[in-house]
Amino acid sequence: MSGVAGDGTLAPSDFRVAAVAFAERWKSAVSALPPWSWIPRPKHPWLSNEVDGYLALENACLLGSSEENRVGCCGGSEEPNCSGDDEPVDDATLVQSSRDDVHYYDFHIIYDSSYRVPVLYFRAYCGDGRTLLLNEFEGDLPADSSEALVKSKWTFITQEEHPYLNRPWYKLHPCGTSECIKLLFQSDALIRTTSGAAELYLLSWFSVVGRMVGLGIPYEMMKCENNT
Amino acid sequence: MEAREYVWKGAIPLQIQLHESEVTALPPPPPLLILAPRIGYLPLLIPRVKPHFGGALPPGADTVWFDYNGLPLKWFIPTGVLFDLLCPEPKRPWNLTVHFRGYPSNILVPCEGEDGVKWSFINSLKEAAYIINGNCKNVMNMSQSDQSELWQSVMNGDLEAYQQVSLKLKFGVLEDEYIVKKNSISLRSKESSADTDMAGQAKTGRIPVRLYVCGATEDFDELEDAPEIDNWDKISYINRPVEVHKEEGKYFTLGDAVKALLPAIFTDKSFIDEDVSKTEVEDDKNAPCVSQGDNQDVSGSAEDRTEKNCEAVEPLFSSNTAELKLLRIHGIEPQLEIPFSWVVNNLMHPEHFLHICVFLKVARANHR
Repeated sequence: MSGVAGDGTLAPSDFRVAAVAFAERWKSAVSALPPWSWIPRPKHPWLSNEVDGYLALENACLLGSSEENRVGCCGGSEEPNCSGDDEPVDDATLVQSSRDDVHYYDFHIIYDSSYRVPVLYFRAYCGDGRTLLLNEFEGDLPADSSEALVKSKWTFITQEEHPYLNRPWYKLHPCGTSECIKLLFQSDALIRTTSGAAELYLLSWFSVVGRMVGLGIPYEMMKCENNT
Repeated sequence: MEAREYVWKGAIPLQIQLHESEVTALPPPPPLLILAPRIGYLPLLIPRVKPHFGGALPPGADTVWFDYNGLPLKWFIPTGVLFDLLCPEPKRPWNLTVHFRGYPSNILVPCEGEDGVKWSFINSLKEAAYIINGNCKNVMNMSQSDQSELWQSVMNGDLEAYQQVSLKLKFGVLEDEYIVKKNSISLRSKESSADTDMAGQAKTGRIPVRLYVCGATEDFDELEDAPEIDNWDKISYINRPVEVHKEEGKYFTLGDAVKALLPAIFTDKSFIDEDVSKTEVEDDKNAPCVSQGDNQDVSGSAEDRTEKNCEAVEPLFSSNTAELKLLRIHGIEPQLEIPFSWVVNNLMHPEHFLHICVFLKVARANHR
């Protein structure tokens, strides 16, 4: 089955295509942030791999919650040169020396076979590589996320094992995702069956989920959507 | 006794020692012998473990964790599953080490006491509900009192109380093909289930399964020779629902379910034997490891053995085949021909997941 199901889930077979298309669009529309890249899962031939990798955006950094454009490549506005896939962090180290409050973020979008939706995993660390705990980077999150953290401590952002890396990462709990997507797509049943529906799914999903960790979808990216 | 009662009463005798680096008393405290429920979780033992060792600890705050032979144990995996997975040749008592300091938070998800375990359980229950019913409203809309009653029943191993509360959750039940077969001669899947199903229960075809796969490149005939797991990276963990397909007049078996998750394991066994370069290995299991690509100069044996390889390196498996050596659920080795519905309905954990441990013998990579 292709496209977006009526129940707001994404078929596993569509995830990779959608992910790669999303990454492409991101790269062409967003210059101030590192690119997303597809990470193939290490192969174990005797496992059935319905989804064989995940999408990763690494070394993004938050420049402190007071600033307007909070997330960015640490090169700053003068050097929005993130197209070089080779080590966008290098610029960062220079800037970092003058800022102690810089927090780096790795984001992974991983397909969840139980909920049949993408899930955002992330971790935060500071310049010296020390991993940050939730209470240390909580201040970076948008205000409504901080509120939600207090209200639903165990069901909003939880620390769980990264399915591929076997290490503790933070995760935005996926239990409400399909409901949310269902609402987003409800108004237009036709759109679910169009060829780019899966890609649109990921874009829509990220526009909601990314915001919760301060990663908004830039306007340019949505504009692209209208042009095509 | 019903199978579920056996499952709920199952326990593992533990002998817990305080890690030597944390012993500050002379003589050191004796090990603690304790029965750990199979369906329980290690942190739930802390209230009984702490008083025993509390007097011997250095000053500081406690963050309790356990290890087995140096491997930090994941607290969110049920104790019985940890035992089946890490101790294929069951050792009783099972020797664990407890730590009150130095939590390895880089590799182990931190545990915030009983509340943390409870919520890990509830989140799993929610996940199971989503898989079975297509949404998790039943768990999310649970009243506080029901929720705590459910959790208490799991903590206390009280099956009766558990069944009473979980009835309210109206989980869809996989039709028990075994019962149906017994009651009627032919398998009338739809009609016969209609009257046995309880109100509000949908028939379900997706089953929540957590599968733990341990692959070994060396052959082992005796369980005690099964490779020791000293690193979680050696275990492939598959968290994927099993779609139950029913064919007229045929059971969907446990074997079918495992095959759906591990399609390569039941392919022609002889392929393994032919594909692997045949090298004899010294019988002494303590022989030093042979590094990858380092062939021993003994050849010609027709036994389907490969040389030892102790390092878990990425391109370890080149072949698409693997041989199932052992499958374990709740400490038993059910036959693969058993109807999957029976296995699910009787051997699932209280959070509605079926935890399966399998040990595979995999062909190792050809030498470059």
